[in-house]
Amino acid sequence: MSRKMRATAFAGVLTLALAGCGGVGGGNDEGGGTATKGALSTMGFGFSDEIATTRVDAFKRDHPDVDLKVTEGAFDEQQFLSAVASGNPPDLVYMDRKLIGTYAERGSIQPLTDCVKKQDINLEQYRPAARAQVTLDGTVYGIPEFSTVRVVYLNEGLLKKAGLTADQVNLADWAALPALNARLATVSGGRLSRIGIDPKVPEFLPMWAKANGVDMLSADGRTAKLDDPKVIEALTTGVNLIQQQGGWGRFKSFRDTFDFFGAQNPLSKNQIVAWPMEEWFLNQAAKNSPNAELVVKPFTDRQGKPLTQSAGQAWVITKGAKNPDAACAFVKQMTATDTWVAAAKARVEARKAAGQPFTGVYTANAEADKKIFDELYQPTGNKRFDDAVATIRSVQDAAFAMPASPAGAEFDKAYYDAVNRVLAGQAQPAQALQRAQQEATAALDKAAK
Amino acid sequence: MATVTAAAPGRRRRTPLARREARWAYLFLAPWIVGFLIFYAGPMVASLWLSFTEYDVINAPRYTGLDNYRELMSDPAVARSLGNTVYYTALHVPLVMLISLGLALLLKRVGRLQGFFRTVFYLPVMTPAVAVGILFLLLLNTQDGLINRVLGLVGIDGPSWTTDPHWVMPGIILMSLWSLGSTVIIYLAALQNVPRDLYEAAAIDGAGPWARFRSVTLPMISGALFFTLIVNTIASLQMFTEVYTMYFGNRETQNSFNSDAASFYVIHLFQEAFQFLHMGFASAMAWLLFAIILIITLVQVKLSNRFVYYEGEDK
Repeated sequence: MSRKMRATAFAGVLTLALAGCGGVGGGNDEGGGTATKGALSTMGFGFSDEIATTRVDAFKRDHPDVDLKVTEGAFDEQQFLSAVASGNPPDLVYMDRKLIGTYAERGSIQPLTDCVKKQDINLEQYRPAARAQVTLDGTVYGIPEFSTVRVVYLNEGLLKKAGLTADQVNLADWAALPALNARLATVSGGRLSRIGIDPKVPEFLPMWAKANGVDMLSADGRTAKLDDPKVIEALTTGVNLIQQQGGWGRFKSFRDTFDFFGAQNPLSKNQIVAWPMEEWFLNQAAKNSPNAELVVKPFTDRQGKPLTQSAGQAWVITKGAKNPDAACAFVKQMTATDTWVAAAKARVEARKAAGQPFTGVYTANAEADKKIFDELYQPTGNKRFDDAVATIRSVQDAAFAMPASPAGAEFDKAYYDAVNRVLAGQAQPAQALQRAQQEATAALDKAAK
Repeated sequence: MATVTAAAPGRRRRTPLARREARWAYLFLAPWIVGFLIFYAGPMVASLWLSFTEYDVINAPRYTGLDNYRELMSDPAVARSLGNTVYYTALHVPLVMLISLGLALLLKRVGRLQGFFRTVFYLPVMTPAVAVGILFLLLLNTQDGLINRVLGLVGIDGPSWTTDPHWVMPGIILMSLWSLGSTVIIYLAALQNVPRDLYEAAAIDGAGPWARFRSVTLPMISGALFFTLIVNTIASLQMFTEVYTMYFGNRETQNSFNSDAASFYVIHLFQEAFQFLHMGFASAMAWLLFAIILIITLVQVKLSNRFVYYEGEDK
């Protein structure tokens, strides 16, 4: 009964009931909107490590009159919308940058034009790709935090066994990928026991498409280009690599057993040879598999030019924020160069105490990254990891990002569904992407109304 | 309670005692009534209104008449999710009822260990739905899942339960059987209430085990069967948590599973409401589901007049 009623009354409950339930954000507006006084609430952020705590501590130290209330936990759309509907939104929300366009279009988050001006925030310090993700129709709606980029990881030990070197693995040569994949993967009796090349679709399809010279979404985030022949070619290439390795069912179920966060990761267990992945795995590998024969290379376009996709979180100030001035001061400090450097110092200390190497902190603030690597980073002594750090740093400037879009979630769903239909054998790439194009266009048109 | 009947209905003035008792009754009922009005009736009325609007939670609703309902009827994603839900219900409900009845009949014969087994069968019901979803994601893994490993022992190459669109729903139905313990307990209680003398009389009349089951057991527990039919049908049509956890719970899973095959109606409703911010459309979806459940329940109630026997009634 309760489920039925919940389902039936989801929409109504937001307007009628949740106001009485308290919501999440809010608090007293003791400061009355004055610069850095009064209550300040956040949502979607947590004190997961020293990088988070150091920066928050810095803000508290510099703004003793602000009563900061951090509601810990990942961003939850339902929680956020409930708070908005109840008229009690938090001042600040920490969310995935790809969601910003949708919320900006609907007016639930504030343009930061005044904030940037008042706090004299230098937007140029943030990486262009991250900036693009928080900008809709020329207006900045968020201040970016980390910058997650994707690189290609190679298990050199397994390459050697296959008679290859890391230099011979060229993901730019799409025509040669099937032969390379066949050489690297281990499939026996229909059972996959080692992945040769993992194309990481659907997640990385935008990067494969970009490598083929096309953006899946226009720069203004309002026009889908999913049925472009180059996107179809990219998808076909990725799907073929998977089909070659026993099909999607076998491939995915094998990959689902991977634990990237422990000592039994697929690198140490020799379960995968070549795969594009976010840079954070390097930290895990350094921590859990320091002796692994790891080589990190940039992902490249088909001409061999380094290419990567950037993603990450950003801070936004909600429309109903009760203390926007303190919120603005907070986002400035959380993403400022000095704060990042202080946080990185704490990370260096923490790693030293744990006897683990420091492999860097990768932020959306290019200035901060430069300082961190110039002043704090020390080569680990392990050439593999030191080279990997250099590679990751080098691709930051080659990054692109999916632009802010008023229907970002629906756009994503359209192409994920398309890829999954192809992987499941329900449709051919062209057919699936044409349908996705129609779905995405309809959603984008609707959002623009 | 007996004193209430002392007042003739509608005509005679109620006694002071009856009035006082009525006041107390309302007082004790008040928390439920207030809760119902605020948390159920109010939101339901609000959602009915919202179903005729375009509403994204952030901006004020804009009246659009029947547009949401028209769109609902022509949206293939809605039809697909509804089809999946009906498919699931059509298989899940009879399976749960049959297996639960079989288990309850076995349990009834267990004797002294009945309490132990009753607890064992009920324990899975206590498992949080999210945990069940994750557990079955592991059990249904094509290469290393326990289910396919067991099938492999008897020479069967198990299917891709979570990625093959044809096998996604059977996998979900398999998972749903995890929590049939509550139905088993209801049937067991009903079976234990069947008077022994009915079986003795039937045996004296020459009825064999099957005839006793068909002519004595089934009619005597038909009330319980009907109750579980209604409750399980409603719950199936609102399937959400376990499947959402398995296939839509986080970005990683959402990205890499076939949402066509696993899209249930309430999951689609949730996505429309909270991911795509189409709260008005989602409200219309909720009311369509409400209407479907109401119609199915009314049909079931109507049919029950022919098949359900309640002890004490003449039939």
